[in-house]
Amino acid sequence: MPIQYYIALASCLFCIGIVGVLVRRNAIIIFMCIELMLNAVNLLLVAFSKMYHGGAALSNATTTAGVDGQLFVFFIMVVAAAEVSVGLAVIVMMYRNVHSVDVNFLNRLKN
Amino acid sequence: MSNLVFLVPLFPLLGFLINGLFRKSLSKPMIGVIGCGALLASFVVSAILFGNVAAANRLHPGQPIPATVLFDFINVSSFKIQFAFLADQLSCLFLLIITGIGFLIHLYSTSYMHEEPTEHYGRYFAYLNLFVFSMLLLVLGANYLVMFIGWEGVGLCSYLLIGFWFKNDNYNYAAKKAFVMNRIGDLGFLLAMFWLLAKLGTVDYNQVFAKTALLSKTDITAITLLFFVGAAGKSAQIPLYTWLPDAMAGPTPVSALIHAATMVTAGIYMIARSNVLYSLAECTQHVIAIIGLATALFAATIAIKQNDIKKVLAYSTVSQLGYMFLGLGVGAYTGAVFHVMTHAFFKALLFLGAGSVIHAMHHEQDIRNMGGLKKYLPKTHLTFLLGCLAIAGIPPFSGFFSKDEILAAAYAHSPIYWGIGVATAALTAFYMFRLYATTFLGNFRGTHDQQHHLHESPAAMTIPLMVLALLSVSGGFAGVPEVLGGDHQLHGWLSGVITSEKTHHLEHSTEYLLMGVSVALAVLASVFAISRYSKKPELQEATGLGKVLQNKWYIDELYDAVIVKPLLKLADVLKNVVEKSGIDGIVNGVGKFVHYSSRQLRLLQSGLVGSYILVIVLSIVVLFLVFWNQSIILQFVQKIF
Repeated sequence: MPIQYYIALASCLFCIGIVGVLVRRNAIIIFMCIELMLNAVNLLLVAFSKMYHGGAALSNATTTAGVDGQLFVFFIMVVAAAEVSVGLAVIVMMYRNVHSVDVNFLNRLKN
Repeated sequence: MSNLVFLVPLFPLLGFLINGLFRKSLSKPMIGVIGCGALLASFVVSAILFGNVAAANRLHPGQPIPATVLFDFINVSSFKIQFAFLADQLSCLFLLIITGIGFLIHLYSTSYMHEEPTEHYGRYFAYLNLFVFSMLLLVLGANYLVMFIGWEGVGLCSYLLIGFWFKNDNYNYAAKKAFVMNRIGDLGFLLAMFWLLAKLGTVDYNQVFAKTALLSKTDITAITLLFFVGAAGKSAQIPLYTWLPDAMAGPTPVSALIHAATMVTAGIYMIARSNVLYSLAECTQHVIAIIGLATALFAATIAIKQNDIKKVLAYSTVSQLGYMFLGLGVGAYTGAVFHVMTHAFFKALLFLGAGSVIHAMHHEQDIRNMGGLKKYLPKTHLTFLLGCLAIAGIPPFSGFFSKDEILAAAYAHSPIYWGIGVATAALTAFYMFRLYATTFLGNFRGTHDQQHHLHESPAAMTIPLMVLALLSVSGGFAGVPEVLGGDHQLHGWLSGVITSEKTHHLEHSTEYLLMGVSVALAVLASVFAISRYSKKPELQEATGLGKVLQNKWYIDELYDAVIVKPLLKLADVLKNVVEKSGIDGIVNGVGKFVHYSSRQLRLLQSGLVGSYILVIVLSIVVLFLVFWNQSIILQFVQKIF
């Protein structure tokens, strides 16, 4: 499959994520949108990694070129998992305090 | 033996330090002893120096006295100024006058200032010693820079002493006036010194006088004129004379010190010292002679109508200083120095006598409230009378000889100078005897209480009076002119220093005639003043010309209107317009702008997370757009610029 398809899909996912973060006020949905953006990037990394590896393997069958892109994906997944645990905890505490998960509701630090 | 020189100013400096630092812990007699002792020690050393110079003069006549170098003052590559003292004939003469009369004034002060609290008494003597120290530095310096240090020192001390009673605002104004007027003159002195340094690279007397050939005509004229500006400030000549009469705010012995021994003679000393330069600048000499003559006449007319005993004497000093400048202007340097000497004697005597009167009258200074003091103050009266005779130029008192010498030189220069000089001499005799008659003759016009307390002053005050009276009577014999059968010792004494004296040859008969006219006029004026004022003193307010004279020709008001007021106006404009709207406007404007823009920028921080993210995203999009279209944007920018 040509790389352009991957790029188009990843861009679409990323844009959906951005638009979701911008327009939605529900904290959980914002969260999901952030995950969507991260995964769009992951998808792109894996795609490029495969493409790069494929190119290098033509001349040398035992090459490990392109592995570092996949390594990054794992990093991002680990970080995303950690972020989710902290973020969800914050949302739970927020709901307990104000009985809402609306991000604009929690602007009391202003003024 | 010439190494003793440094001791002369050292003693008063020590006296100043001791009295100044320990004035709170020393007792009054102790302060007095230290103050007077310092001066006496310095006088003794001066006398020894004088003897040395006289001996050297006899052994090697005409040979210049070498300067004593104490240390290198400024030493920067080729530019070198030494801190050196020069005790030659001229400075030794001044040393004796300063320390001798200074000592008498100190002695007098111990009694006159006795009512002051101990602390102020100590302060007074400390200032007095510092004053003498500065003056000694001025006279002893072997170059213009050391002279300038003393020059500034006496200016400072006059400020301190005129404003001695600093709780009185008027006295403080008088002190400030003296200081500012002196500063104007000092600027001239400084510029002249810089000019000398620029042209000759030295300010050492001997080197400067040896190198005069290197100076162009313009240089010499400018330098001497600038020096004269300095001298006019210090020696109270038109137009910088107004500080001297106001200097009466200080205690009376201080006036005596300023007018007789120190300060005002500095200008004369400086010009007499630089006589080589001045004789080369004919234009400057004319200026000096005319200003001196104008000052002499002008101040004498003012003195006629003053009613404050000290003011009369102050204007008489200004007038006599004018005489000295006339002498300097017509090239009679010895005559001017001679007049400094005799004037120091009789003016110190007159001021101290006036102090004695004021002391007896409980600080009353208006002569209209005096009269008939002859009975009550016999010693003061007699000495004061001798002083009046001396200043009026009645032979054989000292003033006659010195004044006559200057007048003869003026006649040789131009009979008009002589005429104005003689008229001034007659005026001098008139106002001095008006003062004498109003104060000492007639009936007592003060309050009953004052009459009850009238008393002759204590010995510490009368002894200096008597010594000074003796000097006033006999001082003139140091310079008996050749025409009267003398050999003018002073002339011979100073010939080593004053090398460019203009000699004039008048017929003996002419000289006798000149003397006769001036003496006759002086005697007539004196007799007229006594007969007019002894019985019927002038008590009512003056009118017409008299009022103008009483108000000193309104010169103070004129200066006020022409110089002081416009300056204040200018300062007001600078303060209100330039400072307030200009400088403050810029500073406050910057603050206001930052404040306003920050308030506008603050609105961006709305607290809505969504809007922040929107801005972030938009910015990234813009960045991408810019990145992709770099070349197009660069082209566009290049087209614009």
